Amino acid sequence: MKNARRGKVVSYNKWGYIFLIPFVAVYVVFQLIPLISTIYNSFFENYRSGLTQIGPNFVGLENYRTILSNADIWTYLENTMIMWIIGFIPQIVVSLLLGAWFSDPSLRLKGQRFFKTVIYLPNLIMASAFAMLFFTLFSDGGPINSMLMQMGILSEPYKFMSHVWSTRGLVGFMNFLMWFGNTTILLMAGMMGIDTSLFEAAQVDGATSTQVFFKITLPLLKPILIYVMITSLIGGLQMFDVPQILTNGKGDPMRSSMTLIMWLNNHLFSKNYGLGGALSVFLFVITGILSLIVFKISGNKEA
Amino acid sequence: MNNADNTNLNKGVGIKARRMISYVVLVIISILCLFWFYVLFINATRSHADLTRGFTVLPGSNTAKNWYNLMHGTLPVWNGLINSCIVAVLSAVLCTYFSTMTAYAIHAYDFKLKKFMFTFILAVMMIPTQVTALGFLQLVMKMKLEDSFIPLIVPAIAAPVTFFYMKQYMESALPLSLIEAARIDGSGEFRTFNTIVIPLMKPAIAVQAIFTFVSNWNNYFTPALILHADKKKTLPILIAQLRSADWLKFDMGQVYMMIAFSILPVIVVYLCLSKFIVQGVAMGSVKG
Repeated sequence: MKNARRGKVVSYNKWGYIFLIPFVAVYVVFQLIPLISTIYNSFFENYRSGLTQIGPNFVGLENYRTILSNADIWTYLENTMIMWIIGFIPQIVVSLLLGAWFSDPSLRLKGQRFFKTVIYLPNLIMASAFAMLFFTLFSDGGPINSMLMQMGILSEPYKFMSHVWSTRGLVGFMNFLMWFGNTTILLMAGMMGIDTSLFEAAQVDGATSTQVFFKITLPLLKPILIYVMITSLIGGLQMFDVPQILTNGKGDPMRSSMTLIMWLNNHLFSKNYGLGGALSVFLFVITGILSLIVFKISGNKEA
Repeated sequence: MNNADNTNLNKGVGIKARRMISYVVLVIISILCLFWFYVLFINATRSHADLTRGFTVLPGSNTAKNWYNLMHGTLPVWNGLINSCIVAVLSAVLCTYFSTMTAYAIHAYDFKLKKFMFTFILAVMMIPTQVTALGFLQLVMKMKLEDSFIPLIVPAIAAPVTFFYMKQYMESALPLSLIEAARIDGSGEFRTFNTIVIPLMKPAIAVQAIFTFVSNWNNYFTPALILHADKKKTLPILIAQLRSADWLKFDMGQVYMMIAFSILPVIVVYLCLSKFIVQGVAMGSVKG
């Protein structure tokens, strides 16, 4: 019986390969080859200086040395991380709170679907349009300034785009708005998966809801929290649309909101393929390490 | 007895208070989410002169004029809308169809490289598109595909994230016995896939189609590298162009109208399908 079954499977075997052809072909052409040629490019000097094309000449690891010894990369990495943290901390706090409320059967919140719909909405909005909207709303003569002045909080317009921390704060705030709905739904799904008998037992023992949250929910949620944090970090490293549009690609004031991908984008537009390649590989290695951690966690969860 | 009553009473009060707090916080957060769009849609109805005078709570009467100005302005908005639609719809179709096919290959067949392929696809899931953008751009230039939608649409066929979702869904919704039955009835493998697997996968396909559509509609990084001709630009590129223009000279009513114009289609689609979308996010996470 077992043999007969295996025989059958073997005869259909080749269809597994046939159905994989489109994926593999497209992946190789549009992702694998570009990845390899990006790495290849990083070993060559290849840029335009005025009208003359320099290179491509093989320079070994020279591009990496240039890029890593330049203070810029660390500034941009720092900017990216700061803006990610500004968005991530409120995001995780609010998501935990909302997730706990939504999944708490004793609260019996009404209108859950409405609230979930609303908090997920910003995630689907075009990031560039959202950034453009914030740029106009927070511009010197924009509605936010005029509202604050009408309410008497400000006497003259606050130049949100000319101060380091207000610009970074706006980028972080937009990231928060765009992602906390998604995180809430993920955490809520995780909280629903916790064995309800644990909560009942805690209730019988007289635990308060705060105690239940910190002593039961949070520890059991740890794998999902780490997963959320690292995937958010990977997403944070790719931060581009919002600061690019908000600061018109300049990362002003004083390049304090310039992110790594904005810098890469500049290299791509000025056709500096050598340094661009080295920067891409740098980002690739960082995301690779972070992904490995995610991979380990999700693997452990299944086992 | 007395003691138990007391704790029950305390708990009752506690729950009521907690419920109140959660409603208040939820309402504040909802306002925080919706406020910006409210201001946007109010301002899109007001004239430039009106806007410079400050914010009002009620809409203005300049909607038609702003719309007219936007349609007859310098930005090719209709082209942008059509281009965005073409790219987003075709990507969504190709992505869901071929991701289902890839997932089916791994799910339904036993072959030597199966385990390797599955691990490989999971491993490359996290590689950001920006990292390979340099090589991608060079490839596109070599293939003379600049200003073409092909490099924006065809790569959607290889979407590891969609593949993973489909694979998870198949495990619960696609019994292998059904495929066996189709084989016994003499259905070819390809026909089985199209006539039995695809219809069964409809709920998952719908969810992923929406997500792929939205992410391509909103995508700015890759299209901005590839599309340069005015006629080919998608909406996010036009928004960026609006931002880099000397916007002080711009009619602000028109700027708001442009922003509203580019996000309204997604808002409408979302409000119609929000039930499936929110469920879809949760569904992917429980299993993933």
